[in-house]
Amino acid sequence: MNQSSLINVFVALVKRDLLLALRHRAELFNPLMFFVLVVTLFPLGTGADSKLLQTMAPGIIWVAALLAAMLSLDAIFRSDFEDGSLELLLLNPHPTSMLVLAKVFAHWLVTGLPLIIVAPLLAVFLGLDSSLTGLLLITLLLGTPVLSLTGAVAIALTVGLKRGGILLSLLVLPFYVPVLIFSTNAIEMAASGLPVMAQLWILASLLILAITLTPWPTAAALKLSLS
Amino acid sequence: MMKFIHKTASPPYFYKLAGLWQPWLAAITVLLLLAGLYGGLIYAPTDYQQGESYRIIYIHVPAAWMSLFIYVVMAVTAAIGLIWRIKLAESVTVCSAPIGAGFTLLALVTGSLWGKPMWGAWWVWDARLTSELILLFLYAGVMSLYAAISDKRVAGRAVAILALVGVVNIPIIHYSVEWWNTLHQGPTVTKFDKPSIDFRMLVPLLIMALAFKVYYVWSLFMRLRVELLDRERNTQWVKSLLMDNKE
Repeated sequence: MNQSSLINVFVALVKRDLLLALRHRAELFNPLMFFVLVVTLFPLGTGADSKLLQTMAPGIIWVAALLAAMLSLDAIFRSDFEDGSLELLLLNPHPTSMLVLAKVFAHWLVTGLPLIIVAPLLAVFLGLDSSLTGLLLITLLLGTPVLSLTGAVAIALTVGLKRGGILLSLLVLPFYVPVLIFSTNAIEMAASGLPVMAQLWILASLLILAITLTPWPTAAALKLSLS
Repeated sequence: MMKFIHKTASPPYFYKLAGLWQPWLAAITVLLLLAGLYGGLIYAPTDYQQGESYRIIYIHVPAAWMSLFIYVVMAVTAAIGLIWRIKLAESVTVCSAPIGAGFTLLALVTGSLWGKPMWGAWWVWDARLTSELILLFLYAGVMSLYAAISDKRVAGRAVAILALVGVVNIPIIHYSVEWWNTLHQGPTVTKFDKPSIDFRMLVPLLIMALAFKVYYVWSLFMRLRVELLDRERNTQWVKSLLMDNKE
């Protein structure tokens, strides 16, 4: 048996998860549809006053993205847990935290990236100033990986449970607060013509913190859930 | 030293020890509470700006301190439990959560009672109130995760992981909320000036803080004893304890 290097295993794992996601396209689109739907509901609920919608746009888009990311979390480990491939993953000689990182990365490519692609459309829906769309995309690009990474800890803790849904939201949403605050704040600051580099740096540092710290508790929680 | 720790952390020994301590802790709690309440409600002078309604700080501030303190205790014992596999430490993490949630709720309720005459509203999205509310959600997450997993040994360790992740996040959440608020509203919210507090106001506050701490230890010991009996119900020492009580 040839010992494959960590990089090869990482790439292979990402490829496998992407292939699996492509074969289940419906699951891929569901969070996306949810994202669009929630944003569509807001004008219906608050009235179509364009000025109001414009000020609320960053908040609405980000809260909807937060909820969509949370709903899609279950897909990271659920099917692997049910068919037993998660146990094989833990038997792999490479550090589990790195394999977890590969799975979360693949998951983000499948669920986080489409959100970013759809976001400009929703920005138009809500009448967000077109000069701010780029900034919205940057905050989503920096923020959504953090959502996937911190969410992975919670999903690893609850993957063994039959009814983890509501519990998951209770575990995950408090940890999403900083991302929400800094992302929406950056857009609001930019809307009033103020510099936003500080917010973006903080979001970037949150991302780096999440990449380096969350794989360990995720791996530990997975081992616990499978014991 | 290690021998002493191992002896104290063994469930049968700790069960007995906690039982011996309980009446003393209860007595100290009551005495300190009485002294603190007398000092806070009668002895301390009236505030020149807020009148009598400031006196709620004698409940509010110690409760808010305790809500953070208990989460830190949970995280520390969670780390101890995960690293050295000490069962008692896991139990401390689990048993602290409801007490901490109680203090957080108390701080929120008293804060909003104080806010009504001061700010004219029951709830203001003040930075401190908001981060206290999120802390309550964190406690609720810990408690419901523990309740959801049926194998309590696994549940204890899952909660420990969650508490550790939470304690890294609390400062981030706290400062981000503070930042969010100051940028949104500006300093329109009155805050306590800690250093300028009158000495006669400060002493009862510290007594109350101490009383809350001792109360925490007391109720923690009560919960721990029940939790230990429950977890170890199939062991010899629990059985012989029950037999002794029957006679």
